Amino acid sequence: MTGEPFLSVRDLKIHFPTDDGIVRSVDGLTFDLERGRTLGIVGESGSGKSVTSLGILGLHNRRNAKVSGEIWLDGKELVGASPDEVRRQRGRKMAMIFQDPLSSMHPFYTVGKQIVEAYRVHNDVSKSVARKHAIDMLGRVGIPKPDRRVDDYPHQFSGGMRQRAMIAMALSCDPELLIADEPTTALDVTVQAQILDLIRDLQEEFNSAIIMITHDLGVVAELADDVLVMYAGRCVEQASVDDVFHAPQHPYTWGLLGSMPRLDRARSERLNPIKGSPPSLINVPNGCAFHPRCAYATLNGGRSESERPELTEAAPGHLAACHLPLDRRREIWESEIRPTL
Amino acid sequence: MLAYIIRRLIGAVLMLLLVSLVTFGIFFWIPKLAGQTTDQLAAAYVGKAPTAQAIQDTKERLGLDKPVIVQYGTYLKGIVAGQDFKAGPVVDHCPAPCLGYSFRTSQPVLPQLMDRAPATLSLAIGASIIWLAAGISIGVLSALRRGSIWDRTAMVIALGGVSLPIYFTGLVSLAIFSYSLGIFPGGGSYVPFTQDPGTWFQSLVLPWVTLAFLYAAMYARLTRAGMLETLGEDYIRTARAKGLPERTVITKHALRSTLTPILTIFGLDLGLMLGGAVLTENTFSIPGLGQLAISSIGTGDLPVVLGVTLLAAFFIVMINLVVDLLYAAIDPRVRLG
Repeated sequence: MTGEPFLSVRDLKIHFPTDDGIVRSVDGLTFDLERGRTLGIVGESGSGKSVTSLGILGLHNRRNAKVSGEIWLDGKELVGASPDEVRRQRGRKMAMIFQDPLSSMHPFYTVGKQIVEAYRVHNDVSKSVARKHAIDMLGRVGIPKPDRRVDDYPHQFSGGMRQRAMIAMALSCDPELLIADEPTTALDVTVQAQILDLIRDLQEEFNSAIIMITHDLGVVAELADDVLVMYAGRCVEQASVDDVFHAPQHPYTWGLLGSMPRLDRARSERLNPIKGSPPSLINVPNGCAFHPRCAYATLNGGRSESERPELTEAAPGHLAACHLPLDRRREIWESEIRPTL
Repeated sequence: MLAYIIRRLIGAVLMLLLVSLVTFGIFFWIPKLAGQTTDQLAAAYVGKAPTAQAIQDTKERLGLDKPVIVQYGTYLKGIVAGQDFKAGPVVDHCPAPCLGYSFRTSQPVLPQLMDRAPATLSLAIGASIIWLAAGISIGVLSALRRGSIWDRTAMVIALGGVSLPIYFTGLVSLAIFSYSLGIFPGGGSYVPFTQDPGTWFQSLVLPWVTLAFLYAAMYARLTRAGMLETLGEDYIRTARAKGLPERTVITKHALRSTLTPILTIFGLDLGLMLGGAVLTENTFSIPGLGQLAISSIGTGDLPVVLGVTLLAAFFIVMINLVVDLLYAAIDPRVRLG
C-alpha cells in the first residue's frame, strides 16, 4: 500500500447528550480500510456498530449527536466538512445497504424510480438514460426481467429481491466505499448466501472497500478480510479474519465464538452464551468495560476494574485491549476455550 | 375498480336509507312512544287555537293520518318517482327527486336546499383551503424545528385553536374586526357570489378565518405528529443516504407519506361541513344549510330537516368514496376491493 489508506477513521467519537447523561455510543474508534478489502465489524446489539456506519455517512443529526475525531475518505476529511459537502459524497463515493429492505424503501415509489433518483442526484443525465441504468443495475444484481420489474413497487418484490434492489440502488453510482449494515439479517438462509455471493462478486467487479456490519460471525468468516470487534462503543480486538478465528486474544471474542451455533457438533451440547448483557452506554463500567461479564477479570489483581486497557499489538497486525498477559491469554485459549468450540 | 365503485355506491344508497329511517323515526316514533297523539302532532302545525276541522284537514294534508311506515314509503317514493301534493283543491306535482314539501311554508324542500347550498359551499371550500394551507405548513415547520420557540409558540396557539369554540372566536373576531375596527362587514352581510363578488368575499373573510383557525390548529398538530413519525422511518434514512438534498427528502419523501392519512381526515371534515357548518353559519348569520337545519328543527319542520340530513349524509358518503379512490392512487399498497 502506498500513501494514505482509502478510508481512515481516527479516534471517532459519537456521543448523544440526553437528559439522563451522555450516551457514548462510539468512544474512540480507529481503523483503516483499503479499496478491494472487506472489514467486518462485529459485536452485540448496542455496541456501536450501526452508529459508527451512520457516522461515517454523516447521517447523524448534528443537533443531537456530538461527533468528533476524523474520518478521511480518499483524502477528504468528513467530520469537519459542511453537511452539504458530506451529502455530495453520500451515494456517490460511499453508499449503504440497510438491514430491512422493506422499510428502507419508500412504499409509494417504484423500485426503478428510487434507483433513478439515487443515480440522478449525482449524475446529470436524462430520465430515460437513468432508467436504462436502473434496469441495467437490477439485471446486474440478478433480478430476472429487470425491464419489467423496474416498474414494480417494493412490496411487490420478495425479501431477497428487495435486498438485491437495495444493493442495486446503493451501487448505482459506483461507490468506492460500501457499508452493509446487517444486510442479510432479515433474509432466510438460502437467500442470505446468495446475497453474500452477490456482494463478493460486485466487490471484485467494482474493487470497492466494504464495511460489513454484523453480529453473525458466519458472515464475517465468509466475507471479511479483517475483523474489528466492538464492545460498548470501543474496539476490543482487531485482526485479520484468520487470526480472529484461530488465535483470538480478547475474552469477549472468545465469548462471541462460543455462542456461535455449529452444525458439526452434537445438538445435546449447549451453546455458551456470554453471561449478562451489554452495559448501558451512559454508565460504562470503569476499567475494562467488559470486566463485569469476564470470567478472567479476577486474574489481573483488580486492574480490570480500575484501569482501561489500551489496544496493544498481540502479534503483528493483531490488536487487542486486555490486561491479561499474552502467555496467559494463549494458555486460556488453548486449554479452556478452543476445546469447547 | 368499476366493480368497487358500484359496490360502494350501493352501500351509499343503503346508508342514506338508514339515515332517513332514523331521522323519520326521531320525528314520528319517539313522540308517539312518549304518548303524543296524531291530533296533537297535527295541531302543532295548524297555528293558534286550532279547530277540530283544521286539525283534521292538516292531518290529511300532511299525511299524518296514515301509519308512519306508509308515510315513510310515500317519502321514498317521492325521491324516486315524484309525489303529488294536495293543498286544498289544487294538486301540485313535485317531480323526482322530490324531498317533499315543508310543513310550515308548503314550499318544496329541494329548491330550498339548492338555495342554501351555495352559501355553505362558499364557506366550506374557502375555509378548507385556508386551513389546509396554514395547518400543513405550520405543522411541517414545527416538526422540522422541533423544540424551538417557533414550534412551541405554534403548538400553544394550535392548542388554543382546538380548544376554543367557534361561537367564542367568531364573536370575538366580529367584535374586533367588524364592530370596533370596521375592516370587515358584520354578521348577516352575506350576498351570493353571483350578485356581488366583492361583498361576497368581504363578508366571508371573517367566517373563513374563524372556521379555518379551528381546523388549521387541528391539522397543524396532526401534520406535526405525522411528520415527526415519518422522519424517523427507515426510508427517510435511505433517502438521505442516497445523498438527496434535505429539501427533496422532506418534500418528496416525507411529506407524501405524512399527507396520506391527513387526506382521509380532510375528506370526513369537508363532507361534514358541506352538510352545514352549523355554529359558524349561526354566529355569522350566513344563510346556509346549517342555519336552515337549525331553524327547521326549531319549528319541527320534518321534511326540511330530513332533506338537510340526507344531503349532508350524501356529501359525506360521496367525499369518502372519492378519498378512498385517491388513497389507492397515492399508496400503491392499497388494493380496492
